[in-house]
Amino acid sequence: MSNSTTHKPSPARLGLQLAAAVLLIGVVGFWTAKGAHTGWSMNQVPVKQLDEITGIEFVTYEKRFVPGIEFLAGGAGLAAGLFVVSLLFKRQSTQTTSS
Amino acid sequence: MKNHVIATLFSIAAIGALSAAPQTFDFKDPKGVNAIQFHLDSVLEPISGTASGITGTVSFDPANPAATTGKIVVATNSLTVSNAMMTDHLRGDRWLNAPVNPEISFELAKLDNVKTSGNDTTATAVGKLSIKGVTKDVSVPVKLTYLAGAFGKRINKPEVGGDLLVVRGEFTINRSDYGINPGQMEDKVNPEIKLTLAIVGGAPKA
Repeated sequence: MSNSTTHKPSPARLGLQLAAAVLLIGVVGFWTAKGAHTGWSMNQVPVKQLDEITGIEFVTYEKRFVPGIEFLAGGAGLAAGLFVVSLLFKRQSTQTTSS
Repeated sequence: MKNHVIATLFSIAAIGALSAAPQTFDFKDPKGVNAIQFHLDSVLEPISGTASGITGTVSFDPANPAATTGKIVVATNSLTVSNAMMTDHLRGDRWLNAPVNPEISFELAKLDNVKTSGNDTTATAVGKLSIKGVTKDVSVPVKLTYLAGAFGKRINKPEVGGDLLVVRGEFTINRSDYGINPGQMEDKVNPEIKLTLAIVGGAPKA
């Protein structure tokens, strides 16, 4: 007869780690899809235009959000935080006896 | 007959004097093109933006560009960058304090080193630049382009007569000179601000 112990992750731990992974993938995906802008986030995007008569090049702003590097860092930081919190939940151990 | 000839000569002289008189160009542009672009080097990426609230007038005589005078005013709360938080900081009390200092102005006293070729005049604009309550004498290289009869065409009303005056220039100021966050954050935001000017004024004729 022998005893063996197996460890199963707790549902909370598993859930938090899954949420962290989804958050990280989502944030990186959104940042990439919006142009992978390596500067600060923009609430409005400058668009250069030309006044034909005078030859003046001027800027107008298009209202749209472009996530920047602090958006990426914030999302990655939050995902890392969730992962660290998940480690606080202990694994469930089950003991099995076999003859 | 003699009186008639004298009257005709007076009329010609009067028309000549009128056409040579300086014109007043209004820089509140109906098409909203006028803006001053600013550029500061900074950590991560340069901070670039525009100030579009331009008003003011310039008196310009195509026959005597050296006599040009005028004043250009920029509404401080029209300064805009791509990031809303940065725009708020820029207009806030540590930077330009827009509620207390609603205007940035340049008063043109004279043009030096005037050189005219065709419609273009290059010169050094000498005047007083006022930012955040501090006024300093500055000399700015400018290019003026006089576009005779182009006013109506630009606003899609060719029947309206009038001329345009385009003013271009580029110069650098030190933000500490004007009390803009002096000595602060210089490791993050360069103390020098590059300003690029490209504005047009109109002088409609009735």
